[in-house]
Amino acid sequence: MPLVLPPSVLGFYLLLAFSPQHGLGKWLQDTFDTQFVFSFKGLVLASFIYSMPFMTGPIKSALQQLPVSLAQASYTLGKTKWQTFKSVLVPNIKPSLLTAIVLTFAHTLGEFGVVLMIGGNIPGVTRVASIAVYDSVERMDYTAANTYSLILFSITFVMVISVFVFNKYQAKSPLE
Amino acid sequence: MIDLSIEKKLKVYQGQQVLKISHRFAAGSITKIYGPSGAGKTTLLKIIAGLVSPEKGKIVVDNQTWLDTGNNINLPPQKRTPGFVFQDYALFPNMTVLAHLQYATNDAEWIKRLLLLGKLDTLTNHKPIHLSGGQQQRLAILRALAIKPQLILMDEPFSALDPDMKTELIAELKLIFKELAATVLIVSHNPQELEGLADGELYLKT
Repeated sequence: MPLVLPPSVLGFYLLLAFSPQHGLGKWLQDTFDTQFVFSFKGLVLASFIYSMPFMTGPIKSALQQLPVSLAQASYTLGKTKWQTFKSVLVPNIKPSLLTAIVLTFAHTLGEFGVVLMIGGNIPGVTRVASIAVYDSVERMDYTAANTYSLILFSITFVMVISVFVFNKYQAKSPLE
Repeated sequence: MIDLSIEKKLKVYQGQQVLKISHRFAAGSITKIYGPSGAGKTTLLKIIAGLVSPEKGKIVVDNQTWLDTGNNINLPPQKRTPGFVFQDYALFPNMTVLAHLQYATNDAEWIKRLLLLGKLDTLTNHKPIHLSGGQQQRLAILRALAIKPQLILMDEPFSALDPDMKTELIAELKLIFKELAATVLIVSHNPQELEGLADGELYLKT
């Protein structure tokens, strides 16, 4: 669902779920004395939930594309499913894994709706770069907006280029 | 000794057919398995290895029941540990030649001997992508032998080897099979290539 829900809707439901007034949020508050709403850790948790499908989708797809005989060969050598996953499957989806990590990070970096809903816009606590851009434009401070945007653009640009360069030099499977 | 009696539905282009086999493989024997495409040769090897489950059947290897659908016994491949040479080699793209063998065994002396046997001793740091088809196939054979299996299942193991290499390798393998006292089942589209190696045969028809 996080993949298809509008971010603001997901953020709204997370806001309700973690509200310290009732339900899960109240239980967390009473039991662990922790509050996720309007806090940085809540923002991280919401971003994690929102971005998870962007990570798991490509990884699942990459694992499915590996020939089934790779895992079978490992099993016949007496290796467990975990040993096979760790030593055979994961190393052979490294390019997809890296792509998924970087793109998910870049996606999370630019997230707006979920972050604003659950974190608000508290300076020094939950004001992230993407919200700061919006905030600056609201204040007609285009210089600050431009600075924030340029920083975000540069970070994502470098990350995407790095992924392309890294994957280009990755050896391809002989079975491809 | 392997006592085998299995029944497995196979999906084929025309619909479905049933692979039904009852056979006894003597301990230490080398059996060639041949037959037309789609007869279920690869499936048979995978059933014995525990990689594919039949609808009905029983497999007993040296008095140990590996499969008995009637009594719900089906040992996983990790407990059967056959030496399996896959038709597509199933080499691990992330591992070098040496890493393939070290993944299978810790016996450094045995690894050294296998590398010499497969003439891959000068290519230990090469990954599969940097090996020729014949070298990849030899590595697949060496990896299967690395665990010193009592049962060796080989699916078209010599298809990519040149005639000289094939003759030489088969002669060496014969000695190793004897040394390991292994029971060997070899699927081949070209049964003639196994003349002098196999001492039994099993023909599968569609």
